[in-house]
Amino acid sequence: IKFQHSCFFLPKVGEVLLPGDEFCFQTDDTISLTDPGRPEKVVCGPGLRRSGDRLLVCKSGVLRHKQPNMFWMDSQQRRYVPAKGETVIGIVTVKSGDVFKVDFGGSEQASLSYLAFEGRPRGTVGDLVFSQFIIANKDMEPELVCMDSSGRANGMGVFGGGGLLFIVSLGLVRRLLAPHSEVLADLQQLFPCELVLGMNGRLWVRSSSIQQTLVIANLLQSCDTMTAQQRQQLFRRVAQGAL
Amino acid sequence: MEACGSSSVSLREFGCEQSLLSRPDGSASFTQGDTSVLAAVYGPAEVKVSKEIYDRATLEVLIQPKVGLPGVRERSQEQCVRETCEASLLLTLHPRSSLTLILQVIHDAGSLLSCCLNAACMALMDAGLPMSCLFCGVTCAIDTDGQIITDPTAAQEKESRALMTFAVDSKDRKVLMSLTKGSFSVHESRAMSAICFRSTIRWFFFRFYLHITDISYF
Repeated sequence: IKFQHSCFFLPKVGEVLLPGDEFCFQTDDTISLTDPGRPEKVVCGPGLRRSGDRLLVCKSGVLRHKQPNMFWMDSQQRRYVPAKGETVIGIVTVKSGDVFKVDFGGSEQASLSYLAFEGRPRGTVGDLVFSQFIIANKDMEPELVCMDSSGRANGMGVFGGGGLLFIVSLGLVRRLLAPHSEVLADLQQLFPCELVLGMNGRLWVRSSSIQQTLVIANLLQSCDTMTAQQRQQLFRRVAQGAL
Repeated sequence: MEACGSSSVSLREFGCEQSLLSRPDGSASFTQGDTSVLAAVYGPAEVKVSKEIYDRATLEVLIQPKVGLPGVRERSQEQCVRETCEASLLLTLHPRSSLTLILQVIHDAGSLLSCCLNAACMALMDAGLPMSCLFCGVTCAIDTDGQIITDPTAAQEKESRALMTFAVDSKDRKVLMSLTKGSFSVHESRAMSAICFRSTIRWFFFRFYLHITDISYF
């Protein structure tokens, strides 16, 4: 007796899909007595929803797959929707009671408690804060913390003197944060700089001079919609004409 | 737009461009022949407490005419577009936030409402808002001879005795919204909706629009 299952969606990985498209996951009833039982669990990432044994696409984009059973839609977006565990750059807007109110570009402001820092909370209205979401769902006010689960700051906290904050699309930030990122490799060959990447589409850069800072900011904003070749051409031109 | 027999349907040349504005979260421009509409979407963003809904997003649609201030006609068109969008967006995923859709009429040469619906759908897709299905709009007119014309021009609309606009969804091919003007028989209305469904099949080859934003990840 062989264990057979037919997946209708595997050939579609890497294809462009639109909202309303569906996949069906069907298994035959025969189960082998010698094969280990494989539970058919599928993990839906962003852009996919589950309904019964079908997966519905709800955002247009490219379908991606990661072994063994994770699927998600790779889509372009400019507006950030908070998700638990993601690190973002926010701007402190209100300092009241024992809580900071931080604007991260979402539909409401997040709260950051004074106790959620490793040392003393240092920050005034208008400062930049690099923190991660500890509560982020559609029903509650989002909450940020500036320390990880063991209580250490780990690079998070208030920062910002001497640099420039600018906004890019969410897709570019994901590409920069990917392992072996080509964009980051190209950027490292230009000039040394300090870069903070917030997953809400906000980047902060500081280099040894104001001119270099502006060059890097303009490069990152314009390489959003370029192909790899165009981007490498642009970076090479800047490196040759760099002041 | 040519008058069509019972088996052939022809539409004016249509085109679309996405992400052409830098400030909104999503934008698109849709052109049908000479009619052109530009759409911009902002959201999910902050909402005023007086307008917030506890379990869904608040969708606001604004249609700006080419000349003058929006009037009663624009308000009724806004209501049609808003009801269509609310039927296809997954609003429960963003409670207590606002979605704003602004449609600017660049030129009106007939079939304006269906052009607005198509531009709205393209802009919502560009903004990455979660939707359960896509939708498209088609306009149909019956002229004085009883011939059914799809995608009429402004001159054909003026001479027609009945005008129907349908919004059809992409998943089940069902009608999301219909707006009718003029007098027609039940038989004629059935014929018009059948022709509209056939023409919507052509609209749904939108995949090439995604290749405009085909960015190589990793």
